[in-house]
Amino acid sequence: METLTIDNLRVEYRSRAVGEPVKTAVKGLNLRVAQGEVFGFLGPNGAGKTSTMNVLLGFVPPTSGTARLFGVDVREPIARQRIGYLPEQTYYYKFLTAEELLRFYAEIFQIPKAERSQRIDAVLKLVELDHARTRQIKTYSKGMQQRAGLAQSLINNPDLLILDEPTSGLDPIGRMKVREIIQRLKSEGKTVFFSSHELGEVETVCDRIAILHQGELKTEGRVSDLLREHGTNLEQIFLKIIGHPPPP
Amino acid sequence: MNTIWALAKIVVLEMVRRKDFYVLFILTVLLTGTAGSVNLFNDNSIVRYLKEICLLLIWAASLVIAITCTARQIPAEREQRTIFPLLAKPVTRAQFLLGKFLGCWVATGMALLVFYVFFGIVSASREQHWPVLNYLQAGLLHWLMLAIVIALTLLGSIVFAAPSSNGTICFVCTAGILLLGRHLNKVALGLTEPLQSLLYGVYFAIPHLELFDVRDLITHNWDLIPWGMMVLATLYAAAYTAFFLTAAWLIFRRRPLN
Ligand SMILES: Nc1ncnc2c1ncn2[C@@H]1O[C@H](COP(=O)(O)OP(=O)(O)O)[C@@H](O)[C@H]1O
Ligand SMILES: [Mg+2]
Repeated sequence: METLTIDNLRVEYRSRAVGEPVKTAVKGLNLRVAQGEVFGFLGPNGAGKTSTMNVLLGFVPPTSGTARLFGVDVREPIARQRIGYLPEQTYYYKFLTAEELLRFYAEIFQIPKAERSQRIDAVLKLVELDHARTRQIKTYSKGMQQRAGLAQSLINNPDLLILDEPTSGLDPIGRMKVREIIQRLKSEGKTVFFSSHELGEVETVCDRIAILHQGELKTEGRVSDLLREHGTNLEQIFLKIIGHPPPP
Repeated sequence: MNTIWALAKIVVLEMVRRKDFYVLFILTVLLTGTAGSVNLFNDNSIVRYLKEICLLLIWAASLVIAITCTARQIPAEREQRTIFPLLAKPVTRAQFLLGKFLGCWVATGMALLVFYVFFGIVSASREQHWPVLNYLQAGLLHWLMLAIVIALTLLGSIVFAAPSSNGTICFVCTAGILLLGRHLNKVALGLTEPLQSLLYGVYFAIPHLELFDVRDLITHNWDLIPWGMMVLATLYAAAYTAFFLTAAWLIFRRRPLN
């Protein structure tokens, strides 16, 4: 069984103003991600990556088509029991400390009391926020906030992680940390589905990628196959596919 | 239930850690304290008058706390985008709304408890008379009324985009019902059709919040309300609260978040 299945997905945004055209963000997307894969979801800004993820998380209903996580329709809240999610922009309750935030989410996941503290310790250690656990999140730097976000996405020990541009805005060390965490999760057999503009990074960590452009799937396949087929690096392939051939 | 309670605890925690709430709180306590401690000729009517002012203050403060706290909840979750990591977890929209409702209700209940206990101690210690059950009934009915107000405000925060306009609308509606609600049928009698039927319709549809206002129980030391009536009042409040929460859920259930 696939971890993530998207069939014929179409996402339209209807604006409230009368007469304004309907904006189609995703057009007939089909995608499958198998268990244990690290999958890079690529595309220029406005391609529809966040919109697709919004459907996967139940924020936006699909206009047509279906999306499933672990075989359960995404409209069922239970589909989200085994996933972790890091939004594109992360903001957390500013009046909470990292530890309180994680405890809150642990309660939401109904993690048994006995395991909660252990789980919180483990994720804080993983994202290296152990020293700042009792500080309110509003006092954190951007990199620390991003890591707090990553910690909350891991609190339920998810089998599938959905990360929306997890490395955007991070310094090189922060990016390396995120990459390390992704690789570590992969070695534990977890599935990671993430969007990114850092193509060099994608090339090193991803098993497979898909390139989305203007809501349509342009390419999908194993990174190694694509590199061999095109005989160049991922960045050149990306530019070629979205219609920006490199200067001669 | 655990999920709803976890959500509610966050609302309470936020309120406890916010400073603006303390301002209102200290202000009310100070006013109540001063009003309660001035000893004017030990005249009974003046004492009663002071108590009335204090209770009015408590009522106004509780409405401000309930409405401002509730009106902010969902808009703040969306503005600060905290709703995204939250609803990406196995939380239904219904649990989300119920958690917010419960949190606001418990938080205002806590404020209410402090107000009444403080006021009770100030006035009872001067009168050497401890009508605990009177306070309990008055406070309980007050709290039940706030449940309706909070549910209404929560519904408003989903219907209206701006939290400030929602807060104002809810405050005006609540104050209007409290002051005019019981007179609407009499006003209707003096009107022509179809206005008369319309106003009668309004009279029967609105939650009669003024029924929960039993401040006289404290100022005039009235006899206790029969407990059967208390049960009826609870059911009445529960019905309206459930109605507003259901309406909020029906709208919020399918609303896209982006
Ligand atoms: N709430 C919205 N209302 C209208 N259009 C939107 C909304 N959200 C996104 N869009 C549009 O949908 C398209 C896809 O956006 P998005 O999914 O955010 O792209 P990406 O994440 O790949 O940058 C864009 O053209 C964007 O303008
Ligand atoms: Mg995006």
